[in-house]
Amino acid sequence: MKIDRRGFLSLGVGAAAGIVVTPLPWKLTDDLSIWTQNWPWTPVPADGEKAYAKSVCSLCPGGCGISVRKVEDRAIKIEGIEGHPVNDGGICILGLSGLQTLYGPTRVKQPLMRSGNRGEGRWQKVDWDTALAEITKRLAEIRKAGQAHTVACVAGSDQGTVPQLLKRFLAAYGSSNFIRTPSIRDSYELAFKTMQGSEASAGFDLFNSDFVLSFGSGVIEGWGSPVYMFRANSELRGKGKIVQIEPRLSNTAAKSDKWVPINPGTEAVLALGLAHEIIKESLYNKEFVEKYAAGFESWEDAKGQKQKGFKDWVLENYWPASVANITGVKPAVIHELAVSFAKASKPVALCGRGQGNTPVSLFESMAIHALNALVGNINQKGGISAVPFADYINWPKAPADAVAEAGLQQPRIDGAQSDPFASRYLLNRVVNAAESGKPYALQALLVWEADPIYTLSGSAAVKAAFDKIPFVVSFSSHMNETAQYADLILPDHFYLERYQDIPTPLGMAVPSISLSRPVVKPQFDTKYTGDVLIQVAKGIGGNLAEAMPWKDYEQCLKETLGDHWDKLNAKGMLIAEQYQPPAWDKAFKTASGKFEFCALTAIGETVSIEGDKESYPLTLIPYDSMRLANGFIGDPPFVIKTVSDRILKKKDIFVEINPETAKQYGLADGKSAVLETPRGSARVRVNVFEGIVPGVIAMPRGLGHKAYDKFLAGKGLNVNEFIGSVEDPVSGLDAAWGIRAKLTIA
Amino acid sequence: MDGKGQESGPRGILVLYFFIGFTISVIIGWIIFPKLLYSQKKQPIDFNHALHVESVAEGCESCHFFREDGSFSGIPKLAQCIECHESAMGENPEEAKFVEEYVAKGIEVPWLSYSRQPDCVFFSHAAHIKMAELECKICHGPIGESEHSRIYEENRLTGYSRDIWGKNIAGIKQNSWDRMKMDDCAECHADMGGGRKDACFVCHK
Repeated sequence: MKIDRRGFLSLGVGAAAGIVVTPLPWKLTDDLSIWTQNWPWTPVPADGEKAYAKSVCSLCPGGCGISVRKVEDRAIKIEGIEGHPVNDGGICILGLSGLQTLYGPTRVKQPLMRSGNRGEGRWQKVDWDTALAEITKRLAEIRKAGQAHTVACVAGSDQGTVPQLLKRFLAAYGSSNFIRTPSIRDSYELAFKTMQGSEASAGFDLFNSDFVLSFGSGVIEGWGSPVYMFRANSELRGKGKIVQIEPRLSNTAAKSDKWVPINPGTEAVLALGLAHEIIKESLYNKEFVEKYAAGFESWEDAKGQKQKGFKDWVLENYWPASVANITGVKPAVIHELAVSFAKASKPVALCGRGQGNTPVSLFESMAIHALNALVGNINQKGGISAVPFADYINWPKAPADAVAEAGLQQPRIDGAQSDPFASRYLLNRVVNAAESGKPYALQALLVWEADPIYTLSGSAAVKAAFDKIPFVVSFSSHMNETAQYADLILPDHFYLERYQDIPTPLGMAVPSISLSRPVVKPQFDTKYTGDVLIQVAKGIGGNLAEAMPWKDYEQCLKETLGDHWDKLNAKGMLIAEQYQPPAWDKAFKTASGKFEFCALTAIGETVSIEGDKESYPLTLIPYDSMRLANGFIGDPPFVIKTVSDRILKKKDIFVEINPETAKQYGLADGKSAVLETPRGSARVRVNVFEGIVPGVIAMPRGLGHKAYDKFLAGKGLNVNEFIGSVEDPVSGLDAAWGIRAKLTIA
Repeated sequence: MDGKGQESGPRGILVLYFFIGFTISVIIGWIIFPKLLYSQKKQPIDFNHALHVESVAEGCESCHFFREDGSFSGIPKLAQCIECHESAMGENPEEAKFVEEYVAKGIEVPWLSYSRQPDCVFFSHAAHIKMAELECKICHGPIGESEHSRIYEENRLTGYSRDIWGKNIAGIKQNSWDRMKMDDCAECHADMGGGRKDACFVCHK
């Protein structure tokens, strides 16, 4: 039978009509859509048993409780634990993207020994036996040569068993050079020590405050324990006020009740200007000031000489008109702010710019703390309190042999703790000491959870100082800038792979301990830093082996936590719920037994920054963002993706300037410009922005990485490369809050 | 030539062609297509649910239990089976095979899951069984009464079990457990909520 054209069409029409009365088209459409979801090149977790593992995030000192969804041993998603005292179900963008830091390509997968020049990136992969033999040999040699004191350690924290083990190792070895990376913690600890006589960290009861006066602290930018502060900020809505004093309209400023733009670096002066108004109007807390504070009124000392008290000193020197001149805040605003702060029932003043990753001068932290004292909110509900350091680590003193004793007799490399006003740790001074070889040349540096080459100001000088240190060991789990510059990398397990005790998160007012527990097994050939120390100590032998008697780190941790171990494994966090900050009559451990205003009047003025006004008419300041991690870990890909193209466009970084400044220098929005500071120059793009005071250039912190993966490396500039370290003459801390700069058309 | 005469013959043929095409399509759509779409697989062990349900104390939850954290254990792992089947308990050749090939060698049984949903769906057994107090049967049917494992049919395009779309290729269902597509979830969620509509993110997290 021959089918003609019409016959064929008829057959086709019949077939088409037939097919629509079957389920085929509908079923196939459905299946095809599902098929597209299951293309083999689309990464999806393998099938398997699903479970949740609880732990504590340690990507920052915030201490959020996390619940990690797993399929078999693969972690799939990180969420905040609901009801957790720190984050109550919340999580920050970095914590949420933590899996990319765990599984991402920048992990150090096994011990590495440098085979090329420093920083060249050529490595020899070695096994742990070789790596441990190398570090043991090098450290034993230095010790044998009587140079034990020339070994230093830089760590991201000084609390918890790992930092304490590092400290202990150094002590038994013969060095007192344990150094914590700088942050606002240093400033607060020092203010507490000098004004209250207590060794403690700062706690803030923001949930119960009704007036938060923030001197640039990024309450929703990652200051303190970030998610805890986000929650406090939300809690304050409607029932309290936040006033943000800052040169830049940050997110915190934008969400605050009032933004007070200020000339950068003049926060301390404004604080004292406010104190002037509070004292003048007699609005201070009389009970606190009269009974529990010393040095407020002028007095006669033992020799009969008149000493000026805080009151007279402030009344003489900080008139609103002169304060306005320096700070750029109008006298009427100063007055109004002072009155509303002092009249609030639970006011609190905060210190530390942005995320608080850099210290401020002691003068500034004390001036702001003096405001808290004036309104009498120390150790009060809604106020600030000195939270004692965790006390669960009670190891006997490390035994010292003759070498150790001789080493410990030597001064610290950074000269820290040398006088009552000096900070406990001064990493900035290590840079000069290593560079100059004074007081002695550093022979070895151990770096744990820190990235000084990236995070310290004056990156070039830091690198140069590293060049003078013959042996640099990094314990980093990631190939960050400092690891890149090390001689030996002994990678630690990363945060989701290990046990770690985490003491009170920064800014929480009640002492606590949290325990990170392994969520997945170690992904690579990594080792607890604690285990490395124990094994090296055993390798060197003698008193070092005695100082580290544990079989391994987990045993050490378990024994140290004692009764807490089981509870922490079950609950994740233990809070001293009964804890109440001591009453005023018992709170102060100073010579006078009172809060000492006189400590402040004894010291100098604000810190000025590097560069002269003639060559550099503008001021460069860094700013922080939750979307830019800027500590020992850089942004993972998900997070860098969220950065606005007004901050980073392709590889170009934007700096913010006021329209007035733009007009003055002929710069247009989006156009390229050359930024120049005494420390270096580079091409940037300009973001003309009303929310920045004229004469100031703001640059985000957390970009310009040279390490990490293609998603992060080479994007933008590292602001620390353009800022020079400026030492606070009182505390020794690097209190640089910016640098003089100029901006010209490219 | 007479135009009319010429047309009457072919018209009948054209109708015939139409029906031939129509019939072929219907046969393809209803009979051949389902056969081509699904491959058939046998479970590694022929499992007798009825026998097990008889000899355990707590019904389905004896083996398909909730963990301490509230998550659901799903298909039992070897470790659970071993609690009873360290060695063969009866004379069933399937049990002997299970003991010999999996228990003795310590290998997990690669069971084929009839009800596995795509990864984009977040499903909590606890919410349905503990909170809404649904019976297992509502979604899984009377599987507890089965004496043999059914043939597992896998969709060649999507990789999912035929149970999700349902045995009926037209998607018509008689029992609540006949299908497990999103519409089937939604049907129940709309019914029970008193007009409440659950948002996408309840399941698609």
